[in-house]
Amino acid sequence: MQALSIRDLVKVYRNGKQALHGVSLDVPEGDFVALLGPNGAGKTTLIGIITSLVTKTGGEVRVFGHDLDREADAAKSLIGVVPQEINLNQFDSVENNVLVAAGFYGLTPRGARRRAEECLGQMQLWDRRKDSARNLSGGMKRRLMIARALMHRPRLLILDEPTAGVDIEIRRSMWVFLRELNASGTTIILTTHYLEEAENLCRNVAIIDHGRVIEYDRMSSVLRKLQEQVVVLTLREPLQSGPSLAGFTTRLTSDHELEVVVGASQDLNQLFAELTRAGLHVISMRNKSNRLEELFFRLTGNPPVAATA
Amino acid sequence: MNPILKARLVGLYTLTRKEYSRVMRIWVQTILPPVITMSLYFLIFGSLIGRRIGQMGGFDYMQFIAPGLIMMAVITNSYGNVVSSFFSAKMQRHLEEMLVAPMPNYIIILGHMAGGVIRGTMVGLVVMGVALVFTTLPMAHPLVMASVFVLTAAVFSLGGLINAILARKFDDVSIIPSFVLAPLTYLGGVFYSISLLPPFAQQLSLLNPILYMVNAFRYGMLGVSDINIITAYLIILVFLALMFGACMVLLNRGTGIRD
Repeated sequence: MQALSIRDLVKVYRNGKQALHGVSLDVPEGDFVALLGPNGAGKTTLIGIITSLVTKTGGEVRVFGHDLDREADAAKSLIGVVPQEINLNQFDSVENNVLVAAGFYGLTPRGARRRAEECLGQMQLWDRRKDSARNLSGGMKRRLMIARALMHRPRLLILDEPTAGVDIEIRRSMWVFLRELNASGTTIILTTHYLEEAENLCRNVAIIDHGRVIEYDRMSSVLRKLQEQVVVLTLREPLQSGPSLAGFTTRLTSDHELEVVVGASQDLNQLFAELTRAGLHVISMRNKSNRLEELFFRLTGNPPVAATA
Repeated sequence: MNPILKARLVGLYTLTRKEYSRVMRIWVQTILPPVITMSLYFLIFGSLIGRRIGQMGGFDYMQFIAPGLIMMAVITNSYGNVVSSFFSAKMQRHLEEMLVAPMPNYIIILGHMAGGVIRGTMVGLVVMGVALVFTTLPMAHPLVMASVFVLTAAVFSLGGLINAILARKFDDVSIIPSFVLAPLTYLGGVFYSISLLPPFAQQLSLLNPILYMVNAFRYGMLGVSDINIITAYLIILVFLALMFGACMVLLNRGTGIRD
């Protein structure tokens, strides 16, 4: 069963700007998909159409087989959305924010109160339930939006930059939570500024650019498409000039740091054999940049810093 | 109960309760100001100036203006409640909660209308209490009073909703109340009987829908009216249907709320 099935989705705004040029995408049930794209790629428009906040010009969207036009209520009841911008009722309490949202999905007040305890508890907000939403920190507001999106137990959760502005500790705990949620059967579509996040969490990745899906595959397959990677080696002994390693291009960036380009047909064993032959001792090694960032840059021509915004 | 119907009713209850909670949470802004304003109207126009005017329509001037002032409070507060609630939800973006949920547009309209009617009714009843401090009110036809009261609040709640849907900036939510609603209310027979006007002005006044609401309520309270009561009901019901239809068209099109 496809959790989300999109066919030939087109969006032309009133000002004539075409945001989507016939996007088609299938997300199987239980998947965890990263949706990446540079600024203005059409990613927010795509999410907006799936969540009914943007009207489409053409095409079809199905959520677990329910057509978003003809069976809107059935389709909407299966989606939970955590938007990029804070859209809480800032003047209402934490608890009321989730209870009201639950009521809109048809949860009775009694059932909603029980569920609120679960969702706010999972997001470590139960103790703050009586506080006004505007008094929460940025990270807490994001967690509150996740709790609100989960109140009606959606089978498809769409998160638009859920960890933006969240400190590293909370971000890591949210990753654990999202992995568990996905493992329990919830299909998740995630957009993020942090490509490391996408690489860590998602099984599949869809890259959208200029209103078209230019890549949609398993994360591992997509990463294999990289022709080369640059590794940075920290050396025990200082060097005066770059060493000669057969078959590898090197660049000495400081007396203790050496960059080496490893091609797709080469492997690290070959590199270490060459390093040993040259009498170089390596203390540590890291990738120069995130591999997904490199791929993203190659596919879209956009610098990684703008990725997925 | 049918699960879809149950979900609809829960959605409507949730939205109505949310609107009621908002009215009560900011009661200093929602309930208190009209009470003070209307008390001043009763004091100045009714008690001080009214003594010199004498009788109008067979009643003391204070009694004559009481139904109009109550309706004025109902109109401005039901309109103001929905326009500010919906527009602020739009600006804060928590309106999106409703738009992504499986809640049909008619429930969104009815829920906001209920919120406007609740505030209009609360303020109207409080102003009626204020009026009773200054004068006696006969309550000639209580059912007419109650029905006109609620229907008028519903019409202007929907008017406020249309305003909020179309509004793009804060100025847009004050233009209609200041430049349309206030003049129509003051010229809607609140302070005078249209029989005092020259024939042309009388005919012109008949184009003002608020005239029918004020007179219908005055009929319910005092038993006198410049307008036939059946005509007044028909006009109110037609406006109610037109306003509801306009809200449905706007929300179905996504005007002002969906890109």
